[in-house]
Amino acid sequence: MATTEPVIANEKDAHDTELASRLARTWYQPRGVWGWLSNTHHTAVGKRFMVTSFIFLLLGGVLAALMRLQLIKPENSLLGPDLYNQIFTMHGSTMIFLFAVPMMFQGFGVYVVPLMCGARNIAFPRLNLFSYYLYVGGALVLWGGLLTNTGPDVGWFAYVPLSGPQYNPGHRADIWSQMITFTEVSALGVAVCLATTILRYRAPGMTLNRMPILLWEKLTISFMVIFAMPAVMVASGLLLLDRLVGTHFFNPAEGGDVLLYQHLFWFFGHPEVYIIFLPGAAIISTLVSCFSRRRIFGHTPIVVSVVATGFIGFGVWVHHMFATGLPQLSESFFTAASLMIVIPTGVQFFCWLATIWHGRVQMRLPMLWAFGFFFVFLIGGLSGVMLASVPVDTQVHDTYFIVAHFHYVLIGGALFPMFAGLYFWFPKMTGRMPDETLGKWHFWLFFIGFNLTFFTMHFLGLHGMTRRVYTYLPDMHWQGLNRLATTGVAFMTAGLLVFIANVLRSRRLGARAGDNPWGDSGLEWGTSSPPPSYNFLYPPTVNGRDALWDATPDQAVVVGLRDDIREVLVTHSLDSNPQHKDEDPGPSIWPFLASLAVSATFVGSIFTPWAVPYGAPLVIITLIGWLWPRSHSPAPLPERTSWSH
Amino acid sequence: MESLREPIRPLTLDVSDVPSVAFGPSNTTWLANVFYMTIEGMMFALMFASYFYLRTRVQQWPPGHLAPDLRYGVANAVVFILSVIPARWVQKRAPSGDRAAIRIGLMVLAAFALLATAIRVFEFTTLNCRWSDDAYSSTLWVLIGMHAGHLATELIETLVLLAVAFTDKMEGTRLADAAINSDYWYFVVVTGLLNFIFIYGLPRVI
Repeated sequence: MATTEPVIANEKDAHDTELASRLARTWYQPRGVWGWLSNTHHTAVGKRFMVTSFIFLLLGGVLAALMRLQLIKPENSLLGPDLYNQIFTMHGSTMIFLFAVPMMFQGFGVYVVPLMCGARNIAFPRLNLFSYYLYVGGALVLWGGLLTNTGPDVGWFAYVPLSGPQYNPGHRADIWSQMITFTEVSALGVAVCLATTILRYRAPGMTLNRMPILLWEKLTISFMVIFAMPAVMVASGLLLLDRLVGTHFFNPAEGGDVLLYQHLFWFFGHPEVYIIFLPGAAIISTLVSCFSRRRIFGHTPIVVSVVATGFIGFGVWVHHMFATGLPQLSESFFTAASLMIVIPTGVQFFCWLATIWHGRVQMRLPMLWAFGFFFVFLIGGLSGVMLASVPVDTQVHDTYFIVAHFHYVLIGGALFPMFAGLYFWFPKMTGRMPDETLGKWHFWLFFIGFNLTFFTMHFLGLHGMTRRVYTYLPDMHWQGLNRLATTGVAFMTAGLLVFIANVLRSRRLGARAGDNPWGDSGLEWGTSSPPPSYNFLYPPTVNGRDALWDATPDQAVVVGLRDDIREVLVTHSLDSNPQHKDEDPGPSIWPFLASLAVSATFVGSIFTPWAVPYGAPLVIITLIGWLWPRSHSPAPLPERTSWSH
Repeated sequence: MESLREPIRPLTLDVSDVPSVAFGPSNTTWLANVFYMTIEGMMFALMFASYFYLRTRVQQWPPGHLAPDLRYGVANAVVFILSVIPARWVQKRAPSGDRAAIRIGLMVLAAFALLATAIRVFEFTTLNCRWSDDAYSSTLWVLIGMHAGHLATELIETLVLLAVAFTDKMEGTRLADAAINSDYWYFVVVTGLLNFIFIYGLPRVI
């Protein structure tokens, strides 16, 4: 034995080196400007989603800081009422549509999911790239509006009749509506890519029963996106038609109804909260297990809770409309449903606590943010339970109490897990470790600042300060609390600056990370950091729920995929047995061109309905270019064998 | 390029014999097509829900209009039902790779789609309302307009596949695409018939 082993090892090394260079040639990622526009690899697009949405987090933060500066004293004249309206609308729309979903769902999903599945790329990579550019198009439209004094000024949910043709002439509400179309088409595209990747690209052995919680959550969210986002597209689309071509969906004088808009909007709006929160919970489940050095406690109950949240999330939308005078029976029903959703979230919470309780906790940076999440999200959740009660909700409706509640839920449920996740996967993305000291400064500055700003708002709300007022009178006595809230912003800003400095410094100078610096169990840690363009030299197989922890020393790998074309393995949705092989379509400029054509059509339709017939041929041409089968060169056509049942 | 000789390994899962084309539910494009039909189906469902919601806001339905004329609506419903035959035929023949059969099937399907689109143009003239009359009319126009958009998309998709079928690129996974195209056509047929029932049928019954 001793004499044969080195020979085998040498042969294997030589083989692996040759295979790596062949795969690198086949799976090349184009460079330069052209390459940037046409690269369809999920790691590149995922990182781009993250960086772009982070920029919008900063821009949304600047708007928030402006509002806080305006409210620092009574009768302040920094911002006028019109600009203030635009700014709070832009803040909400930016944070929800341009930051939270693109970061938490698209960014993390696109980067992490294919790696965690053990796949070489995401399914439908061109659709994925198209979705990215469409998202950028929507973002530019919205911010272009603000910069040309056409920023939407109707609140992030643009209620009619305020946003209707009668009360909002000009194009402000149109810009908001079309931004929705852009970002939702983008999120829907990514949902299709991710759901297909999770169901079909999982490594052999990763049966549904062994699927990591993060993948379960991404799958649930993808389905939620698929079912919820059409509602907001219908709502904003009908609003646009009312405004542009004189339909009467929301015009009571002609048989329309304003509450129809609210129903359509919140049928999307409440699931949206979980579309933002569940990715955060997914990150927390992953981290808690990794840094407690044990398997997650209650894998099955957590998965059941996640799926249950997905379902119940669709049955609570009316609790946003308690103040509209709906029948009491439906108010009671939706109160019960809203309270019920506490159960699955509670189950997840207790499972995390049990994991920590029975583990050996390592207080590394991502874990610090996880603890921050527990604290902040718990407070947000508890005030949410209070608000599920109709009398309380009616009392504090549209006050700063609500503002405080949803910032605790959204910043607690998205921003804290986001930082945890960014620190956690930073080594995978860059190959370097983040700086722990700077990271701790970042955490404490942000944590203190956040609580200063938003805990204070609970009291402002109870003292009667309504949201969306651009100023207040001195005899309301709100000045002290407002000043405290504004002070918190300074801390949060400092924290964010430290984070940016940490990222910029660590990506060049941080300690080398190695493949698996945290000793985690996910498949993404089973390849080099950053991963090569083909992700895995040999696609892995899986032996248990914690893939790397359960792997045997001689864990089988997948062989037999071609190295001269971009072949990927498709497995069965349930038992993940190899089913057939697919071909990754490779880089292409067409998704970018298609997104330009679609963007031009959407933007044009803000001004004239004729943009649709004029834009349609462009869209069709680019889509045909995208989907037209290309010739196989230099590789010969693969021999086809079909599989059907 | 010479193929590499696999070195001795303790354990490998060799997938070289796994097929490279799949028809039916195991195909990834099939799955994506189902997702997109779900998305668009949701949009139709929400528009139908809005239609019934707006019905509750007025005394009479249709409010102050005659219900749309049956002529073109019925004609299109019949075209939709008959068009299932070529669609199903393409789907059946696609796995065999019989390019001539696929060409004929797609040509007949495209003819049906073209016919349905032409009838749709006339349908708009006999709805007995304009979109800007009231909320009922707006809903009618959007429902039929949305469906017309799907019809046009499917027509173009079928024509493109037909063009591909005249080249040697109609092989392997493109055959599966031709089969999947029929699934999408069924979706267009089902939503078209639902539109017909709700818009033409219900106002005459209730």
